Amino acid sequence: FSQLQHNNYVSCCRICVITLAEAHPLLQNGKTITSINYQISANCSRLQNKVSGKSKRGAQFLTELAPLCRISSSDGEEYTIYSCIRGRLIEVNENILSNPVLLQEKPSTEGYIAVVLPKFEESKSVTQGLLTQEEYEEVLSKR
Amino acid sequence: MSSLTEKDSPVVQLLMNTGTCPRCILRFCCVGSQVIYRRPYKDLMKDLKEFLKNNEEKEVTICFDEVDPPCKRIRLEHTEEGRDDLNHNGALQQIPSANDDDTAMKNSIVKICNVCLGILQEFCEADFVKKVCQKVKSADYQFTSFVFSVSLPPQLSVRERAAWLLVKQEMGKLGLSLAKDDIVQLKEAYKWIIHPQFLFEVSVVFAHPETEEECRFLATACPDCFKPAKNKQSVFTRMAVIKALEKIKEEDFLKHFPCPPSSPKNLCVALEIQCNNGAIFVAGRYNKYSRNLPQTPWIIDGERKLESSVEELISEHLMAAFKADSFNFSSSGREDVDVRTLGNGRPFAIELVNPRRIHFTAEEMKGLQQTINNSSDKIQVRDLQLVTREAIGRMKEGEEEKTKTYSALVWTDEAIQKEDIAFLDDIKELKLDQKTPLRVLHRRPLAVRCRIIHTMKCEYIDEHHFRLHLKTQAGTY
Repeated sequence: FSQLQHNNYVSCCRICVITLAEAHPLLQNGKTITSINYQISANCSRLQNKVSGKSKRGAQFLTELAPLCRISSSDGEEYTIYSCIRGRLIEVNENILSNPVLLQEKPSTEGYIAVVLPKFEESKSVTQGLLTQEEYEEVLSKR
Repeated sequence: MSSLTEKDSPVVQLLMNTGTCPRCILRFCCVGSQVIYRRPYKDLMKDLKEFLKNNEEKEVTICFDEVDPPCKRIRLEHTEEGRDDLNHNGALQQIPSANDDDTAMKNSIVKICNVCLGILQEFCEADFVKKVCQKVKSADYQFTSFVFSVSLPPQLSVRERAAWLLVKQEMGKLGLSLAKDDIVQLKEAYKWIIHPQFLFEVSVVFAHPETEEECRFLATACPDCFKPAKNKQSVFTRMAVIKALEKIKEEDFLKHFPCPPSSPKNLCVALEIQCNNGAIFVAGRYNKYSRNLPQTPWIIDGERKLESSVEELISEHLMAAFKADSFNFSSSGREDVDVRTLGNGRPFAIELVNPRRIHFTAEEMKGLQQTINNSSDKIQVRDLQLVTREAIGRMKEGEEEKTKTYSALVWTDEAIQKEDIAFLDDIKELKLDQKTPLRVLHRRPLAVRCRIIHTMKCEYIDEHHFRLHLKTQAGTY
């Protein structure tokens, strides 16, 4: 179920951008975001991610179930956004901290959540694990 | 000093006795006249023997004339040589076969020199030189000047040192000194002899497997001179051996290495005879008219994603004309696959590695340019010319320092009027903080780069289109 909440855009050069999927509750009418928190545990904040060099050394390594952030809405719900893919965290979108509406208005562009770079060896398997737009819509229609 | 005098006699005798060839003997006597070394081996041998004989009988100064004096042909007498086969450390010497007594020059077996291992003997002979020349001719090069480079096995430095110590000792007995720098270097003498017979760059690599182990003792004596070998096969490189020889004390050297050096059984082997021409640089400007052409070949996982490339379209014809081994393409900046290059064109340069042909007239270059331009409508080339290596540096400077001009067709969602975009013309020196674009993020560091857009000019087309001309700092994404 968590796979369907996120969207992965993979460019031909392996870079992945994590965004909210169309059907995500936060993108449905009536939801107001009250806070976005990149501090996922006592020791780990996605905001402290620092990468250097071409090979992005120092990046936090993400597995499929690694949380990226937690988003709270005005109706008391809290949603955790997971990475869904393995790879190095390049950056999280700090703009949505100051402007949460961006996440809802432009979820696939300026309102992205994170940029992740899978390992070179794993990039093919990562891409294969994703759903195409059609496959996604099919899954939705079956719900 | 270009002549031997009587005081050289003991040294000449000593070196001859211990198995050193005539040319090496001349080197250790500091004979600096190149012509003498070029004289035939047998003549030199004969003259040295005569010199020794004369000095035994009376005190006479023998001069070696530049012109060959008429000489009596004397056969190398084996019995005489046999008597001279004194060896100070009991190692085996090569004894010439007694059967050859009757035949003349052609069959006389020459003892291989214990210092040069045959390099100033066999490898100066016309036969070897012919072999090298043949190699050069068959490689079919065109050239004007040349470099002759010789690579000698490192143990020669060790043997040279041993011989020097021996000579120094002998001269010391006469109250004379001999500085290492006064001795004629082996490589130099070799080049004196070979040079006049050559044209162009020829490199010859010699090896002597029989004596390869001779350097070992240096490793224990001077361990810090020898670093563990990574890719190289031998730790005993020429440089390391020379360094160690400079460090080692005379007494230590004499403890470990026979002085005089032993006579080898075998000649050196000429491992490699290589021909190489210096790289040639061709520069010009290119225009790209295709929106489907990468600058360099686009290959992922061995699969070519797009046909051809700017680099290949240009270099294909240059490689054929110059007959080079390979090329290196560089340009002042790049453009994307789907971007055209208009105007005067982007400066580029191609380094052609090891070209066989190097002389091209301006006419021929024009012809080459035409050939390239006729072969493709995707690119066009202009100002094609031969340049120096420095020119590449100047062109690369452009990448950082020059400005770039772009033209972009812009579509707007909202309807616009001329006045709406007029403000763009007034913006000067606009500062941008650019994060690395996603499309290159996998191969560039994530960073923020400050770039400036110097000027902009817009051209209104219609309610949803206008053309924007920009002049930006180099390196702007």
